[in-house]
Amino acid sequence: MRKNKKSFGKITFALAVSFTAVSLCGCASSDKGVNGQVIVYNWGEYIDPETIRMFEEETGIKVIYDEFETNESMYPKVESGAVAYDIACPSDYMISRMIENGMLSEINYNNMPNAKENIGEQYYEQSCGFDPENKYAIPYCWGTVGILYNKTMVDEPITRWEQLWDKKYADNILMQDSVRDAFMVAEKRNGDSMNTLDLTELTAAKNLLIEQKPLVQAYVVDQVRDKMIGGEAAIGVIYSGEAIYTQKENPDLVYVIPEEGTNIWIDAWVILKNAPNKENAEKFIDFMCRADIALMNFDYITYSTPNVAARELIEDESIKNSEIAFPDLSQYENLETYVYLGEDGDSLYNELWKEVKAH
Amino acid sequence: MKNAAKKIYIALIVLFLYAPIGTLMVLSFNASKTRAKWGGFSLQWYIALFQNEEILRALFNTLVIALVSSLFATVIGTIACIAMTGMKRQAKSILMGITNIPMLNADIVTGVSLMLLYISLGIRFGMGTILLSHITFNIPYVILSVMPRMKQLNPSTFEAALDLGSSPLNAFFKVVFPDLLPGILSGFLMAFTMSLDDFIITHFTKGVGVDTLSTKIYTEIKKGIKPEMYALSSLIFVIVLTLLILINLSPDKKEKELRYGGKNEKK
Repeated sequence: MRKNKKSFGKITFALAVSFTAVSLCGCASSDKGVNGQVIVYNWGEYIDPETIRMFEEETGIKVIYDEFETNESMYPKVESGAVAYDIACPSDYMISRMIENGMLSEINYNNMPNAKENIGEQYYEQSCGFDPENKYAIPYCWGTVGILYNKTMVDEPITRWEQLWDKKYADNILMQDSVRDAFMVAEKRNGDSMNTLDLTELTAAKNLLIEQKPLVQAYVVDQVRDKMIGGEAAIGVIYSGEAIYTQKENPDLVYVIPEEGTNIWIDAWVILKNAPNKENAEKFIDFMCRADIALMNFDYITYSTPNVAARELIEDESIKNSEIAFPDLSQYENLETYVYLGEDGDSLYNELWKEVKAH
Repeated sequence: MKNAAKKIYIALIVLFLYAPIGTLMVLSFNASKTRAKWGGFSLQWYIALFQNEEILRALFNTLVIALVSSLFATVIGTIACIAMTGMKRQAKSILMGITNIPMLNADIVTGVSLMLLYISLGIRFGMGTILLSHITFNIPYVILSVMPRMKQLNPSTFEAALDLGSSPLNAFFKVVFPDLLPGILSGFLMAFTMSLDDFIITHFTKGVGVDTLSTKIYTEIKKGIKPEMYALSSLIFVIVLTLLILINLSPDKKEKELRYGGKNEKK
């Protein structure tokens, strides 16, 4: 048996060697371009892959591209430092959280002429909600949250959040299954801010949501698209980016921004504090702000672009002047952007949302 | 009457098991992007699938990771089983217990703890970390399927081979290994499917720009899963189904071939 053990020792040794070889291979595989690399962390399906290829060709910078699915799953990955990302593309409230925790580095607009020129002034103004002096974030995609309704299934045009509480639409209403979006609807209906931390306002919103619950057919995330196209519900709360697509599939659908005001969401590029390739990161973001590139991305993603120069290049007049894709923001009152509420605020909202869901 | 009830019962089970897959396969031929509308029969998603480099790369990664990790896990697990037979009873049961824990453990705990381990050791995340993690969680499954086979083994055959002048290594490969082979093979297949299936652990231990199919599909959530994925899933399902049918058509022959093949290899 002793001899036996020896040969197993050899096998184990061989294994150990090949192991290290495998892990080394893994490390070496991320080769750099002529001019270094840049590591980008973006939403899934949130860029035209062709634009990355063009960037690599024009600059000689290798793009290492990674994707996330929610702001909440992106944050710990960036925070843990397991990978030193250069660029991320979080949403408004997550950006304010990252600013608060000192995770972002300031943007030098002198190195980014396209970002300075092409992004519309009104979008920078809107970003001030989460990035007060426009120091950290460059808007990439934006949109509103509104009501999509099927005009063959309702008696009168829907124009207000209030109508989501109308008993005649019982079992025909789709609400968003996320804390902030659900509370936003109730808070806006009450004329309150959607970033409120006032307990009486929050309790009122909670009670409204509980009152509405029997009328709601389902709390959904992205199923709202298919359900509305299929005519399974009359009214749904939806993101504007999805509205154009659903309308194409079913011309009976109408999208409105409710009179009581709503949420303007903005996903924006940020450069991380410890970005190892800061210069390349600036080049990448600026490239994405170039009019032709932004147009390619708009065509691919179909979410509204804050890039005014790109909008000018859109050939299809009906999209260029679409009220859904490019609403005139000055027409509406009470438009707000989500802000990070702090850990206590978040858990308060979650607590109340749990009460609604469990009721 | 009783027979009819039996048949209906089976039919119901099959229906519930395969209705979702059936729906997915039907939708993969839908010309419209939404499931709510039938836009006519079309192969466009299959064409788009083979033109989508990212999905193909993710598929390639998934297969490579599954194959390599299950190979490593099979070798390590088998060696562990052999070592365990030489152990004292108590040590053996302790070791068995230790290998069982990762299987019972929730995937998310394994995933997070592996991630923390890699961070604290300063290992760069990438293909290597996914492979290491998959090998880690695959080993118990291999042990689980090889160990029963090991217990059935008659130790005298190995000793007889030694007595007849064979070297231990030779005796192992000619006498012990062929008997273990079915267990090793099923362990390998088990590890392979576990690795193919895994999402959570991969999600936590993957590096930048490395995606497997499951993590790739998950990132598509915000914009909605593309029908190309339906096409790919249908293809995978059909391939697995045909493989299973082929294997099940000639079970006896296969096993015999494997046994004799194992013995002849070392000549």
